[in-house]
Amino acid sequence: MADKKATRESYGAALAELGEKYDFVVLDADLAAATKTGMFKKKFPDRFFNCGIAEGNMMSVAAGIASTGKTVFASSFAMFAAGRAFEQVRNSIGYPHLNVKIGATHAGITVGEDGATHQCNEDIALMRTIPGMTIINPADADEAYEAVKCAVTTDGPMYMRFGRFAVPNVVRDCVPDYKFELGKGVLLREGSDVTIAATGFMVHLALEAADTLAAEGISAEVINIHTIKPLDKDILVESATKTGAVVTAEEHNVIGGFGAAVCEALCEAYPVPVLRIGVEDTYGRSGKVPPLLEYYGLTAANIVDKAKRAVAMKK
Amino acid sequence: MDKTRELELKRIANDVRIGIIEGVYSAGCGHPGGSLSIADVLTYLYFEEMNIDPKNPKWEHRDRFVLSKGHTAPALYSTLANRGFFDVEELKTLRHIDSRLQGHPEMKGVPGVDMSTGSLGLGISAACGMALAAKYDKKDFRVYAVVGDGESEEGQVWEAAMFAAHYKLDNLVMVLDWNGLQIDGPITEVMNPTPHDEKLRAFGWHVITVDAHSFPEIEAALKEAREVKGKPTAIIAVSVKGKGVSYMENKCEWHGQAPKEDLYKVAIADLEKIAEELK
Repeated sequence: MADKKATRESYGAALAELGEKYDFVVLDADLAAATKTGMFKKKFPDRFFNCGIAEGNMMSVAAGIASTGKTVFASSFAMFAAGRAFEQVRNSIGYPHLNVKIGATHAGITVGEDGATHQCNEDIALMRTIPGMTIINPADADEAYEAVKCAVTTDGPMYMRFGRFAVPNVVRDCVPDYKFELGKGVLLREGSDVTIAATGFMVHLALEAADTLAAEGISAEVINIHTIKPLDKDILVESATKTGAVVTAEEHNVIGGFGAAVCEALCEAYPVPVLRIGVEDTYGRSGKVPPLLEYYGLTAANIVDKAKRAVAMKK
Repeated sequence: MDKTRELELKRIANDVRIGIIEGVYSAGCGHPGGSLSIADVLTYLYFEEMNIDPKNPKWEHRDRFVLSKGHTAPALYSTLANRGFFDVEELKTLRHIDSRLQGHPEMKGVPGVDMSTGSLGLGISAACGMALAAKYDKKDFRVYAVVGDGESEEGQVWEAAMFAAHYKLDNLVMVLDWNGLQIDGPITEVMNPTPHDEKLRAFGWHVITVDAHSFPEIEAALKEAREVKGKPTAIIAVSVKGKGVSYMENKCEWHGQAPKEDLYKVAIADLEKIAEELK
């Protein structure tokens, strides 16, 4: 767990590296320094187009470029990519199923001091409702890199969610022969009493929680879901069948996001108690990241608590 | 412009208008007013100006067209059908459950439709993207977009205007269908977006104003646009909403409703009379 790196760093680094092999273009809306597309811009200035602070226009421009056969990466903060430009993403990109990859950084509470207007806890919910939209929310920098690699060679619209705050690289530590597979959950740790299904930033905290639970005699299975849509229902049902109780963890509103998607899937296929951890239908606020995580209950301790409650709810 | 060719284009545009009425009548709803107002512009674009091949609608070097005011899809469909992209008879399936002719243009289903549009303001941005792609790929295709005057109340139109000038998209032509009317009334009363010419010039565009129903003027403007370097061209096409159908001309209420049988017959009679005059 030594390496700590923000997933947005991988977004920029992957674009800059993959740009040598693949002929895609990158758009940004005056945030290249923050989204890290600046790394691509520096190397491939002719293939980088700043759209200025006009995210709606950027998304439709991306659609126009994609309609000519190009792959386009369009980048901004999650709030503006999924929020402000929702309708352009839906109608210009989603409806014609164009090859636009949205690189949305600064997702969730871990934006920190900028506060509520910039802490997007609604993007997964918004993007999930767009038919044909693939949603990837990588757990760490390693996985984020793999996700971008996958995006370059996958057809169709895609929403990739990246964070501003550095996270430890945990996935490859758990799964030495890890290979990123679109739409496939990653079993990080086997367990028998409860399933912790986590996505994005919360994955390393889920592993921490599993350690604590193990010390208390509770065996937790930890699953990393990087692809929120299409959701790997099989791995969830299989795990729920084994453990009989599920906790979900996401850095997003509990309404409409990852936890909701897991509930929908399990309700239809194999109903078990599911407790969700996420932002409890409220807005963010300014602060340093660690106290913010405490404030909103996005902690390993809260996962431990909910896991115990989920176990207690089993019949 | 050669008089014979002008007459020919007028006949085609009249056929396009008949197709609009047939489609909208068959659907029982739709947007005839703004469709009739752009029929001449679309006719000129598809029959004279654009480098296209109806037999190969996805040809990568083709000129592109984006109907940013997507609600006037009946005009685009009728133009495409008359140009040979698909059968004119199909226009009568407009908006039907099993038809590919959706209420607003859909690029995946309809041959010749280059961009899905309908939500106002989005199409002109997509056209900018296409024009930028042509520049980047060093391809010489040109991009044409039709934007409504009411549509220009959408902020995104001005984001796109800024973008096109910034990237010097001289391969882009935006035709502003200036019929002066939107659903709730005259554009100057609902939310005045004028003066378009001064605003677009201030945004860095080359601006030409024409009579939207004069083929020689449309032709001259599009020729001029080809000579303009380093900036996009806007053609403000002053039009008559509902053009060609007596009772629809300059009437807001025909923005978004279909005629019932009696008025459908009057519309067809009006257009057939014009066809007679053009013989």
